[in-house]
Parts: sequence; structure tokens; C-alpha cells
Amino acid sequence: MTWLVPLPVVMPLLGAAVTLLMFRRPRIQRVVSVGVLTATLAAAVALLVLSRSGPLVAPVGGWPAPVGIVLVADQLAALMLVVSAAVTLCVLVYSIGQGVADGERAAPLAIYHPTYLILTAGITNAFLSGDLFNLYVGFEILLAASYVLITLGGTETRVRAGTTYVVVSLLSSVIFLAGIGLVYAATGTLNLAQLVSRLDALPDSVRLLLQGILLLAFGIKAAVFPLSAWLPDSYPTAPAPVTAVFAGLLTKVGVYAIIRTETLLFPGGRVADVLTVAALATLVVGILGAVAQSDIKRMLSFTLVSHIGYLLFGVGLASRAGIAAAVFYTVHHIVILTTLFLVAGLIERRGGTTAVDQLGGLARTTPLLGVLFFIPAFNLAGIPPFSGFLGKLGLVRAGIQDGRPLAYVLVAGAMLTSLLTLYAIGRVWNLAFWRSPVGTSASAPPRSTPRMMVAATAALVAAGVALTLIAGPLYELTDTAAGDLLARHPYVRAVFPGGAP
Amino acid sequence: MKVSLIMLVAVGVLFAAGVTLLLERTLTRVLLGVILLGNGANVLILSTAMPGDPPIVGAAAPGEMTDPLPQAMILTAIVITLGMTAFLLALAYRSWRLVGHDEVQDDIEDRRIMAMAERDEGSDAADADADADDADRDVTRAVHP
Repeated sequence: MTWLVPLPVVMPLLGAAVTLLMFRRPRIQRVVSVGVLTATLAAAVALLVLSRSGPLVAPVGGWPAPVGIVLVADQLAALMLVVSAAVTLCVLVYSIGQGVADGERAAPLAIYHPTYLILTAGITNAFLSGDLFNLYVGFEILLAASYVLITLGGTETRVRAGTTYVVVSLLSSVIFLAGIGLVYAATGTLNLAQLVSRLDALPDSVRLLLQGILLLAFGIKAAVFPLSAWLPDSYPTAPAPVTAVFAGLLTKVGVYAIIRTETLLFPGGRVADVLTVAALATLVVGILGAVAQSDIKRMLSFTLVSHIGYLLFGVGLASRAGIAAAVFYTVHHIVILTTLFLVAGLIERRGGTTAVDQLGGLARTTPLLGVLFFIPAFNLAGIPPFSGFLGKLGLVRAGIQDGRPLAYVLVAGAMLTSLLTLYAIGRVWNLAFWRSPVGTSASAPPRSTPRMMVAATAALVAAGVALTLIAGPLYELTDTAAGDLLARHPYVRAVFPGGAP
Repeated sequence: MKVSLIMLVAVGVLFAAGVTLLLERTLTRVLLGVILLGNGANVLILSTAMPGDPPIVGAAAPGEMTDPLPQAMILTAIVITLGMTAFLLALAYRSWRLVGHDEVQDDIEDRRIMAMAERDEGSDAADADADADDADRDVTRAVHP
């Protein structure tokens, strides 16, 4: 069944080609995009089921492993694929709903569909990649598509925000490329499975240098403090569905790369403590930024940065429990953050703005919007019994198991962040939803909200709640994934059944 | 493995010049910096392969061949850098068309929030306002039942 492995990359790319050819036929574009992403989701689910009995490996172009590039679908990659495919599908439906309502003026849909599909292909390629250079190519594919999406329409604010984003991303790509060059110089290979034994054989100082460079590159992409300042400035200006998919997925691809390289290539190094401190700083600084914001989208962007700290927390502990919790939290975070940004888009349509000091009484005027915001927002803050609570509980338990003083400091920081998230979310709820409506002259008149947008958002809210219901099996799955990651040999043995050359 | 010193010095100079240009405010200079950085990374990758005969089966003995993989990687990286350069140029041109220059501006919202913090009107002040509003309404309700 290895022919399934390249499908999540190939299908969106072909779909992008078809939608580009059909740029005059919006109806066909819509059908093709939705069809392709549904098929991708189906392929991803099949991969998740099949990878339970061991990672699936597909040599691209028929060349065997060290010569050709391999795509590897293990439990972690397949789980990420399923979540990202589901999220991209929902956001696509949402954006189609928005596009149908607003017409060509708001977003040039002719470019939107192909670019969106290429973004998906880049994300899936990065998840499946079993080769460091192919990972770079995956990043470049998704970044190139994201540059186009973030400057969509080319208005003044988008060009300004997009410039920062493009330059910072280009810098991180150059650092990654230089890191690849150094890894190749030191080991003579870029195949992840082959790198395992070759990196182990290197002197500690060289390993530390390589690890540092790769972490720096991934840290910028994942928006880890102090490399996170670009994110809250650039994300909120893009169209709502674009921001949603960026917030949900792009930083998580960086986190995925960190998890993959830290566990497979550089286990048990001295960098774990640095990661732990970075996690603490990301958590606290990010959420303090969120508390100061008066715009929902910017508040959510800062929360996004802050909660990257939770993911690093688990990776920094480098224990099975820690990584299992981090992967679980990543899944939760992708779904919840995307949902919240979609809801912010709905709020903007209804209230004409996302500035909380100009909004008010939304819970009374649009109760449905209130429910759609309330559930994921309090899930994000970690109120029991939601999945946010379960993920944080797992992380805190892993931290206490670890027992070092640094881990306890981190646990305290995580608790504080959780409380401050609740405060930031509660503030938005009080000002935008709970207080009496305020009459403002500045905001634009409310626009109609198409059912399709609400339905897509509601589907994601339901998915977030479903994460809570299936938390048991999901946690088991992330636990086996973490076990495989830490053991390392299942991955290597899948790529090289006869032992690494 | 022997590495040519000239190559390494070239990498160093390209990276240093690239970083210096990247710190400028004008997008055109930033673009030049990105190009230099990209070329620096390419030369770095190239220097990982020993010089040798062209890697064509039959044309050279396998032991004498140079490693073709870094060249393949550079080729990919060059194509990517080319695309990004074109996009940044378009962005700079668009910025010039819209605002008459291509300087990268500070974020407006950042400045607004900084100004609010200096005037001591942070988020707490907004909350206090909202509370005061509620209190006012309570008072009005009490007066006109």
C-alpha cells in the first residue's frame, strides 16, 4: 500500500494545475479544490490506519533509499496529515462561502484556489519528507504559496505586513539551507534515516553546531520567542481564511520539524535545557503580549505564539510522556486556533471590526456566533473537560514526572499562562459579547454571513469538541507515536530494512 | 576532506554583506541582501564537494568524480531564490506604486499600543471604562425603574 504515501502531495499539486487552467471557470475550480482536498483527507486517514503496523515508505522516482528521496508516513506524520487535511478542507469551504458572497472584489479567487492547493501540497510534503533537503523544498513550496496569500489583493496594509513576513521567512530559509550544507559536509547524506547513525558518530561539538543551526531555522518558522516578533504583525492583516490556515498550520510545520529533528537526529543533547527555557519565555512573553491587545485577531496571534511554548515544553522534556502530550497538544492547537480565527472573521463581518472596544452585545444580537466563539475560546484556555485541559494536564504531569527544578519552573509558567489566557479570552468575551451593544459610528455596516461560512466554522467547532470525546484513543495514538520517535529504530528499519548503509 | 580557503572566505564575505544589507530599511537593499545570502549558502554547499571530473558514467573513473549531489541541490536552491527575488521585486514595486517609496514601515497597531501604554491607557483602562459604563446603566435603571 505504499502507493498511498505520495498521494497527499501529488493530488493537491495536480489540483493546483487544473484550477490554474480553469481560472475563468470559478465553479469548476471550486469543485476541483473541494474534491482534491476531500481525497487528500481520505488518503491521510488511510495512511493513519495503515501506519499502525509500522511506518510506510515510498521511494520517489523508484530509486532506493540513500540515492533517491523517500517519503515516510509514520504515526506522527500520518496524524499530522489527517489533522491538516481536515482543517484545510474546512477553511476552503469557509473561503468559498466568503468568496461567493463577496465576489471577485474581496479576493481574486482565480489565483486563490491554485495557491491554496499548493500551500496544502507544501504542508503535506514537509510532514511526509524523509530527507532533509526535501523538507526544505516542502517549506519553500508552502512559504512561496503563503507569500502570495498574505499579500492577496495587494492593498497597502497587506503589502506592509507581507514585506515583514516575506523577509523574515526568506532569512529562515537561508539559515536552513546553510544548515543543510553543513550537515551534508559533516555526514555526506541528507536522508533522515541514514543521518541517525552518522550524526551519532560525530563529535559532540559538531553535532551541537548542526543542531543549533537547524533549531534556529525551525525556531523562526515556529515563532519561538525571541524569534516570534514577526508573527503578530503579519498574520492579522490577511483575509480571515488565510490567517486561519496560517495560524493553524504554518507554525505547526515548524514545530513538527523541531519534534522530528530533536527526537530522530539529535536525541538527548544538551540543547533540551535551552529548549525548555525558550518554551518558558515563549509562554510568558507571548501571553503578556496577548493581554495588552485590543484587537481580537492580534490577541489570538499573541496567544498562538504563547501556546507554541506548550509544544516546546513537551519536546524539551524529551520524555515519552512529554512528547506524547506535545503531539496531542499540537493536534488540539491546530484545530482550535484555526476555528478561533474563522470565528474572528465572522465577528468582523457581523460587527464590521475586530477591535473589542468597538464591539459589544454580540451574544445578544447573534447568539450562534456567541456559541461558536465560546466553545473553542474556553477550550483554548484549558477549561475542563475540553481537550485543551487534557493536553495541559498531560504536559504538567510529564513535567512533574521529570522532577528537575527547571521542569517545575516550567510547570508553574504553564499554569500562569493558562490563567492569563483565560483572562485574555474572558476580556474579549466580556467586551465583545457580554456587555450591552455600543453604538459606534466608525465601524463598517454588518455584511450578510453566508450559511456556508457558519457551517464550516461549526464543523471545526464540532471537531474541537470531538477531540475531547476521542481523547482516550487519540492519547494512546500519540503515546505510541512518541514511543516510536524516541526508540528511533522503527523509522530507520522502515527506510532501510537491511540496516542503514 | 580538504576545503578551499578561498571558498570559505567568499562564503563569509557574502554572508556578512548580506546581513548588513538585510538590516536596511529600503526593500531594494533588503532584496540585494537576500540575494547575497542565498549565493553565500550556495557557495557553502558547493564547497562540500571535492573538485574532480564530471560525474558522467563512462567519462571518468568513479573515484575521480566530483560529488554531483551538492550541485543538484544548488540548482534547486537557485531556482527557488530566483522565484523569491521576482516576488520581492514585485512587492517593492507595488509598495512604491502605493506609497511612493519602498521603505519597510513599523507596524501601525504596535505604535498605537505603545502610545497607549505611554499615556497609561492600556487594556485595564478599557476594562475600567466598560465597568464604569455598566455602573452608569445600573444607576439609570435605579433612577427610572
